[in-house]
Amino acid sequence: MPAHDVLIIGAGLAGQRAALAAADAGATVAIMSKVHPVRSHSVAAAGGINAALNPEDTWESHAFDTVKGSDYLGDQDAIEIMAREAPEEILHLEHIGVTFHRNEHGQLGTRAFGGASQARTYYVADITGQAILHVLYEQLMKYSNQVDRLEEWFTTSLIQDEDGTCVGCIARDIRSGAMEVFTAKNVILASGGCGQAFKPTTNGLIVTGDGISQAYRIGAPLMDMEMVQYHPTCLVENGFLITEGARGEGAHLLNGDGERFMEKYAPNKLELASRDVVSRAEQTEIDEGRGAGPDGVGIYLDVTVVPKKRTLEALREIVNIGKDFAGVDITREPILIRPGQHYIMGGVRTDADGATPVPGLYAAGEVACVSVHGGNRLGANSLLDTLIFGKRAGTHAAERARAMAMPTPKAAEAKRREDVEEIDAIIARPKTGRRISSIKEELGESMNRHCAVFREEDGLRQGLEIVKHLQEEAKTAYIDDRGTVFNQDVLGAIELGYMLDCAEATVVSAIERKESRGAQFRTDFPERNDDEWLKHINVTTNGGDDPAISYSPVTITKWQPEERKY
Amino acid sequence: MSEFKLRLRRYDPESGSAPYWAEYSVDLEGHRSVLEGILQAKGETDGSIGIRCSCRAAICGSCGVLINGKTALACHTHLDKAARHAKDGVIEVEPMSNMPVIKDLIVDMDAVHWKKQQRVTPWLINKEPIPEREYIAPHESMVDITQSMACIQCGACVSSCLSMEIDPLFVGPAALAKAYRFVGDPRDAQQYERLKDLAEDPHGMYDCTHCFNCIEACPKGVAPMNQIMRLRRVAGDHEIVDRNNGHRHESAFVTLVKDYGLLHEAELLPRSYGGDSWFGKFHPNAGKELLDSLPVVVKGLMRRKMNPKIALFGHKLPKDALGEVQRIFDTVESRPARDELNLYIKGYDEDDSGAQDSGAGGPEHANNAPDQGQPGQEPEESPVR
Ligand SMILES: Cc1cc2nc3c(=O)[nH]c(=O)nc-3n(C[C@H](O)[C@H](O)[C@H](O)COP(=O)(O)OP(=O)(O)OC[C@H]3O[C@@H](n4cnc5c(N)ncnc54)[C@H](O)[C@@H]3O)c2cc1C
Ligand code: SF4
Ligand code: SF4
Ligand code: FES
Repeated sequence: MPAHDVLIIGAGLAGQRAALAAADAGATVAIMSKVHPVRSHSVAAAGGINAALNPEDTWESHAFDTVKGSDYLGDQDAIEIMAREAPEEILHLEHIGVTFHRNEHGQLGTRAFGGASQARTYYVADITGQAILHVLYEQLMKYSNQVDRLEEWFTTSLIQDEDGTCVGCIARDIRSGAMEVFTAKNVILASGGCGQAFKPTTNGLIVTGDGISQAYRIGAPLMDMEMVQYHPTCLVENGFLITEGARGEGAHLLNGDGERFMEKYAPNKLELASRDVVSRAEQTEIDEGRGAGPDGVGIYLDVTVVPKKRTLEALREIVNIGKDFAGVDITREPILIRPGQHYIMGGVRTDADGATPVPGLYAAGEVACVSVHGGNRLGANSLLDTLIFGKRAGTHAAERARAMAMPTPKAAEAKRREDVEEIDAIIARPKTGRRISSIKEELGESMNRHCAVFREEDGLRQGLEIVKHLQEEAKTAYIDDRGTVFNQDVLGAIELGYMLDCAEATVVSAIERKESRGAQFRTDFPERNDDEWLKHINVTTNGGDDPAISYSPVTITKWQPEERKY
Repeated sequence: MSEFKLRLRRYDPESGSAPYWAEYSVDLEGHRSVLEGILQAKGETDGSIGIRCSCRAAICGSCGVLINGKTALACHTHLDKAARHAKDGVIEVEPMSNMPVIKDLIVDMDAVHWKKQQRVTPWLINKEPIPEREYIAPHESMVDITQSMACIQCGACVSSCLSMEIDPLFVGPAALAKAYRFVGDPRDAQQYERLKDLAEDPHGMYDCTHCFNCIEACPKGVAPMNQIMRLRRVAGDHEIVDRNNGHRHESAFVTLVKDYGLLHEAELLPRSYGGDSWFGKFHPNAGKELLDSLPVVVKGLMRRKMNPKIALFGHKLPKDALGEVQRIFDTVESRPARDELNLYIKGYDEDDSGAQDSGAGGPEHANNAPDQGQPGQEPEESPVR
């Protein structure tokens, strides 16, 4: 039975950074991922990563922008740590080989980003996430003797000993179908967000909330789950992201009547108003029957008003996306977009060392909620979050491991057998229920209808009904693959269960928060209400039908809540 | 919506039976990807179809396959285009080549692709001392290696590589592109050692036959063959002599063209092995090599691929043409630095004005590679994601 000081589940930026930090601190480490590490969804991040590294910039300024961006729901102690440690982390990345953009003096150069008062975003062309992820993986290859890599292993459950401490996981070798117990003194969850519970989403097919649900199932609280970021410009067809750069270059948004509707909603900033404002404006047009395209479900993004040469120079990536994935030449015709799910601010609650309330269990990256993003994440702060808190979790877990003996969990084998039986049962289901793909489709569309840009009590309650109904149907949903080698079908069924957990926690939290803050806009409670709701909502399982809800305070250090104006 | 027919190469390792073909019909718009077609078949008809995928946008590198016999990413190939290229209108999808198949369209990347990556010491070996702040590195060199950084490790080039097919030990296009990412990195301390290692390995950088397949297969414009050429040129700068004699062969080639205007086959071999001058043929190494290749020469003569006169005395060019050739050499050699073509610097292959350096556009299919943009042309409100 493999046993390690630190077992990391997930090999995106957060997981890989945690593995390297834990190894540097002298721990024995294993890192597990259901896909090869470089396929992790961190690879898709393009824009960049924030740090106050320039002499003219200060960490306080970075921290304040983040606090304000979070609509004051972010915990200011954690935000301070992130902003303070950011410069050192960028330099570390530079030293291990990330090919950051240079200025004419050969020093690191920056670009400006939304919501930031300074140009403090470091980047590698438009492949920042990819470049960092691949460089971290280079380091993992270098650390082959210190870090065991378990690539294409799928975690099915976390295991606990008698007193509830997390002591490892059960996982399936996707290539052979073997189910094994992995024992560890500490487990760090780094398994990403749950975007696939929504449709459309900018997230990859593997982003299914596995870790969020696994932690939830062993009693860890989920925090800020109602805070789901919608990006204003996603392709109608498949949710692919069109960067804000298009609007930055002067592209217009037009409704079905060809009207430049942002004049009504944000007469000064127009298309360049903040993300939540634009998403809400688009959704209003669509909801009130002025949508564009077939069935009126979209909005036109008109890039033809930007000089063609400029488009080809500065918006090359989206020219290609339009051509390759929507069959549209954006230099000649408008392209259909709509708001789409992009990021979840919520997740498994942790402190600033990545520790969750469950002893032995850490979390970092999109799976976690520290909370540095509060109600709304600023662009280029999420990569930073994965790295800073990945590193801190890795170091802290390694330290904790030093002072303890390797656990010998008694219940592990029983849990393993339970998971094997569950998988066998899924495979053996008769072909009478629904198909997994159709339940997933309905889940995504329902979440997008009832728990997206605009929310209100009745809609959310309907959404919750649907999620519960789908949870029932998922129990009998059947699959086709009866094999053991690369049975992706059975993994899909397990992932569906995870997504349904995440969806339920999200809707329940959204019903609970009776105000509008950050990404949560309640049409029945359109104002921010600091007196009653300047607090985090926590959701836990309580064995019964409905999750239990509790609150935790928001940490405020320097910055008292103010009205948020841009 | 239109109907497309897919013919997938299926293989179930547990069944004990050989691979087989299975057909599926899907209903999608023509500009949707082959991956979406396969996922529709998988979702609605047969969940046991095996294919790796995640991003659907040519960035995670999971979904390399053969489509109508050519390596490509399934998510980066339109259904209508694939159907047009199919021999009977049915889009044929198979697992990639040069790697063992695990199941259906899933191949064992670890056994080949990742093993070869490990071969090139794929991490930065820092120049000491490591500075307190960032290394000062020229903008151009960062842009230069960003082209190989753009590699998403999909293995398409490995699947399409002709040399790899003949010599499975060949380090291969993706790993060599990775090697250039360090060789070209001014922060790396072991440029020379890396190059010497790859030059002396008989399966190293001189094992590439310039078939262009990897350039054509690469979805990200990495152009591995060009990275291999860069490795060789830098190795040349270091006067690194390799086992295959590739570097000397190359410089003999260049000198001959410079002196004669065209290749002089009879001189090439002796110069490659004996030394790059007219006296090379008298070197003992050259004599041995000439004897060894005699059968090839005789065969060439017999099949009239060569005529004895040209073979011995070389091609003759008119004087002024020779002058032209030499002028090209003078121009290129007088440049202060070698001008490497790089998509990230000059990749405006679609610019209507046509004012850009046309030679630098790179292959047409490289157009999905991310663009660096020029300094000072950053959008004011830059891409926010
Ligand atoms: C299109 C796009 C663009 C973005 N651009 C930016 C940007 O410019 N700047 C920025 O700061 N942020 C950006 N973001 C957000 C940012 O990329 C993500 O929030 C961040 O990368 C998440 O990293 P992670 O390490 O937490 O998770 P991921 O990278 O998602 O990794 C999750 C890992 O967990 C593994 N895993 C999951 N489940 C299991 C299981 N059951 N068993 C085993 N392993 C499992 C996966 O295999 C994977 O390795 C962007 C996001 C998207 C979608
Ligand atoms: S050009 Fe060289 S490396 Fe590329 S596919 Fe051909 S033989 Fe292989
Ligand atoms: S060089 Fe291109 S084809 Fe080869 S692995 Fe990298 S991205 Fe794929
Ligand atoms: S699905 Fe990611 S590259 Fe095709």
